[in-house]
Amino acid sequence: MQSQEKIQVNQLTKVFFKNKERVMALKDINFSIKNGEFVCILGPSGCGKTTLLRILAGLEKSSSGDHRIHASRTNHPLQSMVFQEQGVIPWMTVQENVSLGLRMRHVPKNHIKERTKTYLQKVGLTPYADLYPKELSGGMKQRVSIARAFANDPEILLMDEPFAALDEQNKFILQEELLSIWEETKKTVIFITHSIDEAILLSDRIFLMSAQPGTIKDEVKVDLPRPRQMTQVRSDPKMADVFLKIWNHLQTEVQESRIKSER
Amino acid sequence: MHRMKRRGDRAVEELNKAVEVEKEGLRRRQRNNRIKQVLTISSPIFMLLIWEVLSQTAIIDPRFFPPPTKIIETLVGMGTSGELFEHVQVSLIRILAGFLLGVIPAITLGLLMGMYSAIRHFFSPLIMALMPIPTLALLPLILIIFGIGEFSKIVTIAASVFFPVVINTAAGVTNIDKIYADVAKNYGANPTDFFLKIALPGAMPVMMEGIQMGQAIALLTIVAAEMIGANSGIGYVIWMNYKAFLIPEMFVGLILISFFGYLFSLLLRGLQSKLIPWK
Ligand SMILES: Nc1ncnc2c1ncn2[C@@H]1O[C@H](COP(=O)(O)OP(=O)(O)OP(=O)(O)O)[C@@H](O)[C@H]1O
Ligand SMILES: [Mg+2]
Repeated sequence: MQSQEKIQVNQLTKVFFKNKERVMALKDINFSIKNGEFVCILGPSGCGKTTLLRILAGLEKSSSGDHRIHASRTNHPLQSMVFQEQGVIPWMTVQENVSLGLRMRHVPKNHIKERTKTYLQKVGLTPYADLYPKELSGGMKQRVSIARAFANDPEILLMDEPFAALDEQNKFILQEELLSIWEETKKTVIFITHSIDEAILLSDRIFLMSAQPGTIKDEVKVDLPRPRQMTQVRSDPKMADVFLKIWNHLQTEVQESRIKSER
Repeated sequence: MHRMKRRGDRAVEELNKAVEVEKEGLRRRQRNNRIKQVLTISSPIFMLLIWEVLSQTAIIDPRFFPPPTKIIETLVGMGTSGELFEHVQVSLIRILAGFLLGVIPAITLGLLMGMYSAIRHFFSPLIMALMPIPTLALLPLILIIFGIGEFSKIVTIAASVFFPVVINTAAGVTNIDKIYADVAKNYGANPTDFFLKIALPGAMPVMMEGIQMGQAIALLTIVAAEMIGANSGIGYVIWMNYKAFLIPEMFVGLILISFFGYLFSLLLRGLQSKLIPWK
């Protein structure tokens, strides 16, 4: 591995035009993320988190500035995204959804079969392999999304609030599953969330974003030993401080954006 | 000890009662379904019975509305002579050929229109302008161009099937949620894969509705076309017997059309559930 830097973003800015009105979604975003790091992004609604991820995912172009994802291997996709809304394709079975990326890259059949099987098993969906998404619960659909991203074996993973629509119970289970898969694969992850607890549980670093225009205001390191558990995160007094710091940041940002929108 | 036993008994009793309640519910649903089935079957029979009685008692004119028993008798007679079979066969071949000749280009163009906005913007006005013209109004023109032979009928059907299918296919593609296109793009789909794995299956439900519509229009068109410019087919049977005032024979043609219309829509319904197992 030549470079420890996996993702580099320089002076990234994104402006949208909505019927003549200009929306500055992102302004001068700078960061770099090391190989194998788990980074969470927290920020008020509408601050441009999804936009940032979509630019990294190649689904949107930046207005200015640039970004790079360093490839360590050839023949592998740079990134795979887990979408905020339901990104599970209704006309494909669970199995077909999970193998989507592999099939699109036309890798050998037995390789597809093997990887799909592995990841179906890791998220506990093996018995449901041949079902269509309409027959799945919300939690199961999110498992499909996650398995699909990991099965594709990308250089980095981009996850846009994958657990937002789930109930607490399911969320805990999936967070644990995600962590255990992540610890096995050591992939670089950017993960968007609105939950401070979730961010602390999962990340090595947390980026705090400001309300529109979205900038990265601050960064918090989480140096808890891994593997982590929610109970342990909740009881750690140092983490209580971190929680409070993030909480206060979000409060001010939300208030500011409210004042701005009232003006 | 005794009390425990009694409590256990009561729990078993409760469970049995719950099972009984559910069983009763299931039985009620089955009964309801049976009633619905009976209603579905009995409504046409009921209508035929009334028709029979009214016609036999000459309350409605039996010359224009011969009793169903008479029509069935005529059907059997025409069927055994073998001539009817030929007409039916001719019509079915025309419908099938015309249907395919209309549907295949319609699906292709519809998918392309749905996927590429340039193609959509180019073809939309043409289709919108041509669609309101009834194909039957073009029949004289079609007969001049393609002659009186088989091909002119096939073209007529193809033209009338084309429009609902092309419009529904294009709409089916454009209505696919944008997120699935994003997913496909993010996971590296090339244009061919996108076409086959996203656009086609995603558009399938709306497209099949267009095909259902096309099938109904194909039947209407073939009968009318055969009445005007043909000397064979079910439409021809209806028209010739009407002109000869052979009313029961005319009714045989009408019943055949109704039968095949029903049969086709059942077949398409079956195909639909095969092609769209995920709905
Ligand atoms: N395609 C687009 N066209 C115009 N404006 C857009 C577009 N996409 C996003 N925006 C605007 O950019 C801003 C940021 O949107 P984005 O979806 O990135 O926010 P977010 O941080 O992900 O919010 P949330 O937490 O609610 O998901 C919003 O003001 C939004 O209205
Ligand atoms: Mg978002």
